[in-house]
Amino acid sequence: MNICVFIKRVPDTESRIRIQQNAVAEDGLNFVISPYDEYAVEEALRIKEARGGTVRVVSVGRDEAAAVLRKALAMGADEALLVKDEAPETYDGLRTARIIARAVERRLPGADLLLFGKQAVGTDNSQVPAMTAELLGLPQATVVTKLAIEDGTATALREIEGGTEKVVLTLPAVVSAQKGLNEPRYETLKGIMAAKKKPVPAVTLEELGFGPGEPAAAVEVTGLDVPAARQAGKVLQGDPAETARELARLLRDEAKVI
Amino acid sequence: MIAAYLEIRDGKIKKSSLETLAEARRRAADLGDTAAAVLAGASVAGLAGTAAAAGAAKVYVLEDPALADYSSQAYAVALAVFAAETKPAALFFPATAMGKDLAPRVAARLGVALAADCTRIEVRDGALEYTRPIYAGKALLTVRLKSSPQLASLRPNVFPAGPPAPGTGEIVKMAAAVPDGAVKGKVAEILKEESAELDVTEADVVVSGGRGLKGPEAFALLRDLAAIFPRAAVGASRSAVDSGWIGHQHQVGQTGKTVSPQLYLAVGISGAIQHLAGMSSSKVIVAVNKDPEAPIFKVADYGILGDLFEVVPKLKEELQKALKD
Repeated sequence: MNICVFIKRVPDTESRIRIQQNAVAEDGLNFVISPYDEYAVEEALRIKEARGGTVRVVSVGRDEAAAVLRKALAMGADEALLVKDEAPETYDGLRTARIIARAVERRLPGADLLLFGKQAVGTDNSQVPAMTAELLGLPQATVVTKLAIEDGTATALREIEGGTEKVVLTLPAVVSAQKGLNEPRYETLKGIMAAKKKPVPAVTLEELGFGPGEPAAAVEVTGLDVPAARQAGKVLQGDPAETARELARLLRDEAKVI
Repeated sequence: MIAAYLEIRDGKIKKSSLETLAEARRRAADLGDTAAAVLAGASVAGLAGTAAAAGAAKVYVLEDPALADYSSQAYAVALAVFAAETKPAALFFPATAMGKDLAPRVAARLGVALAADCTRIEVRDGALEYTRPIYAGKALLTVRLKSSPQLASLRPNVFPAGPPAPGTGEIVKMAAAVPDGAVKGKVAEILKEESAELDVTEADVVVSGGRGLKGPEAFALLRDLAAIFPRAAVGASRSAVDSGWIGHQHQVGQTGKTVSPQLYLAVGISGAIQHLAGMSSSKVIVAVNKDPEAPIFKVADYGILGDLFEVVPKLKEELQKALKD
């Protein structure tokens, strides 16, 4: 199995988000591999351990994205590729998918399985995996909690409202990982040392055949705000039966939600 | 024309899809345009009347044997055919499991951008503007789409469903034209959860538990409480999920689901920033916690300071009474 995993560098989930000039202020943020992408890396490593093959990890972004590629190498990935994209966040998933699809066609030959996180924490777009699948003409299973590979097919369980869908795909295919798929391993000291020695080659958008300004974003940001903070309300205390009665009354007569 | 894709499950149009159609109607009215509905499947014409009664001026019915089982590939072909032939100004999807799987695929096929998981859509200076939470709701992004048609998916439970429409929509059948051999993946089976619980994203009331529950057993208390409401679901904080007390599909927060119910009851949840991000758009938040310093009280409209094991059973009794009155 020849597996490619696409990972993104994002602010960790404990971050407080501040806005400056219609963009998220990056200073003071701690950046990590997007948590769902970590499940994708882990799944790739498990498939490789069971069936052999190679795991290549790919990130689209600025030079700083090399840090998440090193983390994936330390977990056990064989090779890394940084697709250098200097553009600030465009929030346009199709732009990213076009870059990834081109990178797959030109620089990542022979992939049987393209693994992604179900969404990048932050932009929360949940669209790059399915878009990449469509651009490459591949089948997809998104938001996957269980994946089984057998000769030329992938069987995936994906979360739907109130249940699970079993999706059968002919390889090559695109799969996006949901929490629950596995428990990602910690990198070992040996892995970290080995990862330091591995190269992280980079390719530019120009080298992938894109002209200046390509691929263009079709999303225009007109506003970016932090939502108004909620106000603390009434706190009741005392006898459980009395506070419960008063709360029920408030929900019915004041908040009118029941 | 603004078209709304209507998702069918168990032979019915989902509530979130009717919300999507209602929003298409409202925004089309702002633009002096009309709203249409799109149904896709092997045999779905029987639902066209429901879509018309929900206010679609036209109901497009895309039928093909290849659409019998859901396949993002096949459905994307059908919807791209629909978009190419009818040239809608915008195409809205419900941001459900299916809509989130399908909409980006259709967008890529059409070569257009997608505003995903929107919570507000407005017309400003004659253009549609889409607002969507990012960082699980820590920030709100508003965008315009410069490609056409404009594709957006709409978060369930946020947009109101519309009033019934008096008129009768015209029904237009279209061939979906899914080529043989084009489909390399599809749904083989749907496995329902035994209890067939409502998903937290679809519920009007979410009762969530956290570390204060001290173990998996106490979730039974929350299920009892949830059971008194007609459309309720049980949620959980990340620490409860990571402790193995309840499945991750119940997790609310930044690495779980973002919910916007009418009523969110946070029981034994301290209110870590990741959790608050996922539920702060709820209409009314109630917290039950024994720690007066718990951050959850800073966002809760109502709180009970006390022992959840004593409070929750009483709360169930009292809410049941209040519901009956």
